[in-house]
Amino acid sequence: MKILLIAESREGTLLGGSYELIAFAEAMGGESSMFLVGGDDVLPAYQGKLYLADVAGCGEYNPDVHKQLILDVVAKENPDVVAFCHSSYGWDLAPRVAFAMGAAQISEVVDIVDGVPVVPVCNAKLRRDVKANTAQTVITIQAGAFGLEDEPAGTPDVEKIAAEGEGKIEFTGYEQAEAGGVDLGKAQIIVSAGRGVGKPENVSMIADLAKALGGEYGASRPVVDSEWVEHNRQVGTTGQTVAPKLYVACGISGAIQHLAGMKKSEFIVAVNTDKDAPIGEVADVLVVADLKQFVPALTEKIQSL
Amino acid sequence: MKILVCIKQVPDMESKFKVDAGGTWYEKTDLAWRMNEYDEYGVEQAVQLKEQVKDADVTVLCIGGDQVKETMKKALAMGCDRGAQIVDDESYAKEPAQIAAIIAEYAKGKDFDVIFTGMQSQDRGSAQVGILVAEILGMSSVSTVVEFSYSDGTVEAKRELEGGVKACLKVQTPLVVTCQLGLNTPRYPTLPNIMKAKRKELLSTPVGDLLKVEARQETMRMYFPEKKGGGLILEGEVVDMTDQLIKILKDKTTVFA
Ligand SMILES: Cc1cc2nc3c(=O)[nH]c(=O)nc-3n(C[C@H](O)[C@H](O)[C@H](O)COP(=O)(O)OP(=O)(O)OC[C@H]3O[C@@H](n4cnc5c(N)ncnc54)[C@H](O)[C@@H]3O)c2cc1C
Ligand SMILES: Nc1ncnc2c1ncn2[C@@H]1O[C@H](COP(=O)(O)O)[C@@H](O)[C@H]1O
Repeated sequence: MKILLIAESREGTLLGGSYELIAFAEAMGGESSMFLVGGDDVLPAYQGKLYLADVAGCGEYNPDVHKQLILDVVAKENPDVVAFCHSSYGWDLAPRVAFAMGAAQISEVVDIVDGVPVVPVCNAKLRRDVKANTAQTVITIQAGAFGLEDEPAGTPDVEKIAAEGEGKIEFTGYEQAEAGGVDLGKAQIIVSAGRGVGKPENVSMIADLAKALGGEYGASRPVVDSEWVEHNRQVGTTGQTVAPKLYVACGISGAIQHLAGMKKSEFIVAVNTDKDAPIGEVADVLVVADLKQFVPALTEKIQSL
Repeated sequence: MKILVCIKQVPDMESKFKVDAGGTWYEKTDLAWRMNEYDEYGVEQAVQLKEQVKDADVTVLCIGGDQVKETMKKALAMGCDRGAQIVDDESYAKEPAQIAAIIAEYAKGKDFDVIFTGMQSQDRGSAQVGILVAEILGMSSVSTVVEFSYSDGTVEAKRELEGGVKACLKVQTPLVVTCQLGLNTPRYPTLPNIMKAKRKELLSTPVGDLLKVEARQETMRMYFPEKKGGGLILEGEVVDMTDQLIKILKDKTTVFA
């Protein structure tokens, strides 16, 4: 089995998912090579062949150009599997490459069991074993699903490749997340509000509990998107990554992008009306209750301690 | 301007799921159905674009059985002009390359300027269909869009990357846009608009007319993940549970120390 790994870099930094791809190749038991649009100074610690395209020439976000570069490498390597991260880079590029290859794309693989890719369904409540009917397969792997046991090591055998053409999409720059406000990363106790809070007025319940516990309050993404809570309190892949002593998730279902931001917390309590909510997979304690009753009652008890 | 927006009907994710008799999908009875969350942003953006350019026509497309008409009516009530249902009772079993091929076959020759899809469906979650449609039709595409503006054939959009960073870009129509959470605030259909929607055209086409490709992948098995961790579950009266939880926090954490 030959696997081509599509590594990622952004603004001169190699992204961590690149190493998860190496771990994925190990789980598949395949021989791998790697592709990267980057620079000489961001080489991954990797013992294998690396096809390197210079980011100065082909841009960090330029799907048409990157697609063509990958297809050129696919033609050379003839891999059985082309693996991307299930990231903003991967989910944009993978279908383009899969289509051109005539390959099946299996998205968001969380596990390989006896060689068969496993993917989540319905907000990770269910799983699915998937089989491709095509000779080649494109796969995207879920962030955090595959990890290397040892520190990555090695020096790649670099082959430089170059791009032709310009692409139809003009990249005009990055917009960084606004800084300032609370630094949730420093909080020892975080109580977060999810969509289960129902309405903006109820956010204060969550803030009150956080205060009673001597911590900060955070939120899941829909609560932030609805502007009930400011963005710098968002926990998850597109917000902050936190690892407090105690994380209390109130009315949060436990989508993978939220879990990615908080699952390293030392102790996790979830308050949810749905006993089967995926947050239960990481919670040390799942309280099956309506947060509108439970949270104020808990706050009151704690205040009277 | 011609606009197409693709929506999928999905179960409410808070439903209690069961695996069906075939063992390869979830049981579809006893579920509450709604519009895929990501597609609501697509519908809203399509309608906003129409309101901006005035001279525009928005078609909402959905592949599915009879029951998807309910969800399509919501899109019509939000402001889409016409509905195109691709009738397929087995749409749930179609893999993304097939769904994309059906949509592309429908769109072929209709000269849509912008096609909106969600970035992913909440149940299948393949995050492929929109970009595949663009590839099949030879259109440009931009995924995971959280900001969108249009002026005179040029779209300026922001893609969401990890860690709160956005990539800003410019691209010409015709274009496929896949919509991410937070792109806009989808409107609630008003009663008069719900009434008006009833009179809007909703054409049904059998899927057989449009599907010309084989499945590239199949589901072998669907199942519930093993419960890891084995956390404690508290159920019962609120007062009892608050006491239990406080005791646990005292025993297992240092938050009250
Ligand atoms: C690229 C990408 C990036 C993302 N980044 C992030 C991110 O950084 N952070 C993030 O959080 N999400 C992120 N998301 C969104 C993520 O996929 C989920 O949509 C989101 O986390 C869901 O938020 P939620 O759990 O609050 O809402 P829901 O999934 O709607 O869950 C609400 C929960 O509340 C429970 N509930 C309802 N009523 C009550 C009640 N009265 N009492 C108690 N419980 C109740 C329900 O049972 C349910 O479990 C991202 C998604 C994508 C595609
Ligand atoms: N049955 C369907 N009918 C219409 N559009 C669909 C259907 N399935 C998926 N889509 C569109 O494709 C997007 C991505 O779906 P997916 O690739 O399955 O994650 C969805 O957000 C919809 O816009």
